[in-house]
Amino acid sequence: MDAFLIILTGSIIAISCSILGCFLILRRMAMVGDAISHAVLPGIVIAFLLTGTRDSVWVIIGAGLLGVFTTFLIEFFHKKARLQTDAAIGVTFTWLFALGIILLSVFAGQVDLDQDCVLYGEIAYVPIDLWISESGVVLGPRALYISGFVLIVNLFFVKIGFKQLYLTTFDPAFAATIGISVTLWHYLLMGAVSMTTVASFDSVGAILVVALLVAPAATAYLLTDKFRNMLIIAAGIGVFISAAGYYLAVYLDGSIAGAIVTVAGILFGLAFLFSPKEGVVFKRMLQKREADKLKAA
Amino acid sequence: MDSFFEFFSFSDSSIISVTIGAILLTSSSAVVGTFTFLKKKALVGDAVAHAVLPGICLAFLLSGNKNPVVLMIGAFITGWLSLVLIDVITKKSKIKEDSAIALILSVFFGIGILMLTNIQHGGNAAQTGLDSFLFGKAAALVGNDVLTFGIVAVILMVTVTLFFKELKLISFDSNYAQALGIPVRAIDLLLTTLTVLAVVTGIQAVGVILMAAMLITPAAAARFWTNDVKKMTFLAAFLGGISGLVGAYVSYVAPAMPTGPWIVLIISGLALMSFFFAPGKGVISRFIEQRKLQNQIMDENLLKALFHLGEKDKNLFEARTTEDILSRRYFPIKKLTDTLTRLKRQGFLTSQNSHWKFTEIGKQKGQRVVKLHRLWELYLSKYVKIAPDHVHEDAETIEHIITPELEAQLEHLLEYPEQDPHAENIPY
Repeated sequence: MDAFLIILTGSIIAISCSILGCFLILRRMAMVGDAISHAVLPGIVIAFLLTGTRDSVWVIIGAGLLGVFTTFLIEFFHKKARLQTDAAIGVTFTWLFALGIILLSVFAGQVDLDQDCVLYGEIAYVPIDLWISESGVVLGPRALYISGFVLIVNLFFVKIGFKQLYLTTFDPAFAATIGISVTLWHYLLMGAVSMTTVASFDSVGAILVVALLVAPAATAYLLTDKFRNMLIIAAGIGVFISAAGYYLAVYLDGSIAGAIVTVAGILFGLAFLFSPKEGVVFKRMLQKREADKLKAA
Repeated sequence: MDSFFEFFSFSDSSIISVTIGAILLTSSSAVVGTFTFLKKKALVGDAVAHAVLPGICLAFLLSGNKNPVVLMIGAFITGWLSLVLIDVITKKSKIKEDSAIALILSVFFGIGILMLTNIQHGGNAAQTGLDSFLFGKAAALVGNDVLTFGIVAVILMVTVTLFFKELKLISFDSNYAQALGIPVRAIDLLLTTLTVLAVVTGIQAVGVILMAAMLITPAAAARFWTNDVKKMTFLAAFLGGISGLVGAYVSYVAPAMPTGPWIVLIISGLALMSFFFAPGKGVISRFIEQRKLQNQIMDENLLKALFHLGEKDKNLFEARTTEDILSRRYFPIKKLTDTLTRLKRQGFLTSQNSHWKFTEIGKQKGQRVVKLHRLWELYLSKYVKIAPDHVHEDAETIEHIITPELEAQLEHLLEYPEQDPHAENIPY
């Protein structure tokens, strides 16, 4: 039962991340996703200090806003101080992450968070951390509710805004001419990414969530040319890596989140080499066949 | 406060070694970071930093101890591997560079975490302290470690000094460097190696997670103060060194505290101050420059409008109300009154019962703008062959920018013409 709950929670988080990740990598904003996932840390610590809990919707919203603020800040340094984009990203998130770690150290006694949790989450504790209603009824793991809520919001967001997200991703100029606000959808997407990284924080930590955002999406990108298929394949990969990662972690007696990411990396490697269309191996075989044909002719 | 004096009196020899070590590590990575920053490859450093973790763990698993040289070799190998993989992924597939960086960074880190937790659960007593590579621990720099890391740091700085010209060239224009006969690929390889080495040594003080900041932030801060690469490199090293010093101090006062975040917070604070307050490039300085330019344009447009009115009535020194001015050209009211007061304060206008009048120098200034405008229109239609009804917009902008030297050249080139293409007199 515990294994099932952990894999279920992992899958739900991975599906949320994979779907948003597809948009991020196509918009060439993977590193912005990385920056957001680091930068929400001080927000989580502060929200925790203020509310005394880390799984309320307020924490997700409060810390999520900090994520959006991060993208503002990157934009500000880039536009107003004319700092090159890569440096603007690098300076902003390291600074906020460092602040978060220091807050954690200073308020260590008052915050039920430690550095390990920041690094790779505590998905193993999902079945223990139960949500118990006031009348004493056990409703199930708290993380399951939080991640489920976030997944529903994300699915809703992508479903409602599919056309807008799709157009602003592939052809922002065209989107603007037919009256879609590119800026608005940019920040809505950033908001969704922030919210998702905050909600995933407990389970997989601030750094490994980047892998969930990027790896399944990048793998799916190598397997298909159709955007809808890419979303579905990425989500499927998210479920698979959660299950496979769990058993790998049990086998190696290591971090579950670390193992999930390792499996995601292996899958990407396989797709990179053997994808029917994009894989390096098949491309080379094709090239060789063409060369042979030319030689024969 | 006692600990402050205790620390900075350097009475304890371990304080000296920790301090020297931390300063060397941070400033050497800042020096290397200057070139990755200039090459716009700043985030690659982030990937290398995360990617050294599995290398450290692997080296520990294979050797069973924490010999810094062994760990450094392990870190070096996976750090290098990560760069090669990013390169291969971007070249051989449709994955873009940013996705490749994020992917390699997080997957390598994930593998590292899996290995680290596996080692920790394994119960090998020697593993304690391995996790200080995550967030850095300057206090751990004692004895032979300082010597090892110190030597690497010095090698880094000496190499950069020796190859300074080549590194500078490939950072800005590798095609030009190639044309000059510089072995671009070899120098690229050198910079990559230096980056990996800087990360491998720097993580002792800063840790793998925040190491990227040591490569990016000092360079970004230094960039705001100078355009000279040599000065920028020195400044980056200096700023990095300051943060290293503070890191060593924190490590001394609060041994349980990881030093990395403090070092990063200090260097980021210095960088933020540079972004805002640096003369010339800083946000505030830029803002002031912009305001100055806006005011100058507003002043000149207003004086020009007054001059036009004077031309029409053949009386340049007639007193005008704001309504008169607005009839000639629209200005927002608030801006108009502000500008009028400013011009009066500067002695270009006088006023009496809200009637405004040129002073002599005010008239000259207005006249000059009108003259430049018309000279430019003439130049455009005569030399650039633009139709006379298309030259006005361009002249509106350039009239504020033309320098006295350019003015003299225009006058000379056009031979002090009488009239512009719209048959209006050019006032001298």
